Amino acid sequence: MNWRAVRTIFAHEMARFWRTPWESLASPVVSTVLYFVVFGAAIGGRIESVEGISYGAFIVPGLIMLTVLQQSISNASFGIFFPKFVGTMYEILAAPISFFEIVLGYVGAAALKSIIIAAVIYLTALFFVDLPIQHPFWAAGFLVLTAFSFSLFGFLMGIWAKDWQQLQFIPMMVVTPLVFLGGAFYSASMLPPFWQDVAKLNPVLYLVSGFRWAFFGQADVPVAASLVAVAVFLGLGMAAVWFIFRTGWRLRN
Amino acid sequence: MPIIEVRNLSKTYAGGTTALSDVSLDIHESEILALLGPNGAGKTTFISIVCGLVTPSGGEVRVGGHDIVRDYRAARSLIGLVPQEISIEMFETVMNTVRFSRGLYGRKPDDAYLEKLLRDLSLYDKRDARLMELSGGMKRRVLIAKALSHQPRVLFLDEPTAGVDVNLRRDTWAVVRRLRDQGVTVILTTHYLEEAEEMADRIGIIDKGRLMLVRDKRDLMHEFGRKRLVVELVEPLITLPADLRELGLVLSEDGQHLSYEYDTRADRSGIARLFATLARHGIAVRDLETRESSLEDVFLRLLGEAA
Repeated sequence: MNWRAVRTIFAHEMARFWRTPWESLASPVVSTVLYFVVFGAAIGGRIESVEGISYGAFIVPGLIMLTVLQQSISNASFGIFFPKFVGTMYEILAAPISFFEIVLGYVGAAALKSIIIAAVIYLTALFFVDLPIQHPFWAAGFLVLTAFSFSLFGFLMGIWAKDWQQLQFIPMMVVTPLVFLGGAFYSASMLPPFWQDVAKLNPVLYLVSGFRWAFFGQADVPVAASLVAVAVFLGLGMAAVWFIFRTGWRLRN
Repeated sequence: MPIIEVRNLSKTYAGGTTALSDVSLDIHESEILALLGPNGAGKTTFISIVCGLVTPSGGEVRVGGHDIVRDYRAARSLIGLVPQEISIEMFETVMNTVRFSRGLYGRKPDDAYLEKLLRDLSLYDKRDARLMELSGGMKRRVLIAKALSHQPRVLFLDEPTAGVDVNLRRDTWAVVRRLRDQGVTVILTTHYLEEAEEMADRIGIIDKGRLMLVRDKRDLMHEFGRKRLVVELVEPLITLPADLRELGLVLSEDGQHLSYEYDTRADRSGIARLFATLARHGIAVRDLETRESSLEDVFLRLLGEAA
């Protein structure tokens, strides 16, 4: 293993994160505050509690999951797409690094950025609501695994994308709708029976549900199903990475 | 043992274009090899395969005895690459980008070496400047610094002086010569025949994906080169005597100069006969000048023969 190269890529990506603190940290804080104002104050005034949990607290896990998914995908996809775009990818490909090490550097940094942002959102939420975590180990586990899985997904998108439009297509047109429809701001049990069944086809529901269970001990779907969903995401991502590793798809001619 | 051994290397892209076909070549330690060829000849594909950017379709390449596919870590750690395009992260500083390159190769941080490298490339004063603030010439030198940051034994320069001014070109040549003197093997591709003529120890000519020849530069010039002898006359001639014309002499328009082209490889150049004939006609000679064919002449002649 070329650990020094992994560390170099990781540090390079994290440096970009700290170089733009406003975009990196302040904007998720502002978004969180806005969500609290819009959903917590406006809608929360009409919905006092969901399954015994105050609405303001109820939306926090979904809000964190929404941000983690978006940030993981955008950070990792940008991280690998940028050297492709400016032409510095040659340097990564010509170095004595395996594809696994490249993935570890970029995906590790993207996942850590998302986890930091998740922590910032949680701390911001504490200013608005009382938010104890019933299963902190599981909350951390779901968070880390989701951040890694979706960073891996973002990394693959960054390799796949040929231009900026393609880079933004899937996060905007697929991931964000799935998160909003995945119970981020409501419980699936609030839906009519038909739509409850439809919602169960949405993979993001399982992630949000599992994470919410770690906070409140209540879930839309069994926790085991959520774990399987995270494992499937991770497995699919790793299989795709393995394919690229074998073939050099979109990287080596 | 050669530092680079290439055996039967070929590359056919997915679209069906054959960029390299059965190329075999040995590159020796501490030499400067110039690869010449027209656009699309396969020069960049060759470099890209050896450096790991392009997967070969067939054949084998060993760098320092290490196979570039099976033992890619050891092979690539010996190589530095300066690409044709200026590809850099504009917001990075000079020192950081060079440190990054060194880190990618798994080398321990060594700011003392990197500072020396930047001094050698006249970049030290700009070490904390962002790359976007540098001139085009300096950006090219940053690319060289990045390629040398891990102290490679082989340096590939893909069109190193394309589009740069004369001074920077001369500076780059000086840097390359210094590297060669330090034991680094340099392989460069160029469109500038003058560059190859000025710098290379050996020259390879690639055309249509095939390596047409690889020769020592002097041997190549000698083997394929021709010389032109220009004779300045004391009195201008109005017409050229028939026996002089038969020797292949050409009279200039002002009648003051005779030119004679001859093959340097021939057993008899014909010069002795030429002067004997001039003397027989009583034609007095004021001055003589000889000019060797340039590499450009040789290159065009070879490509012309191959066509």
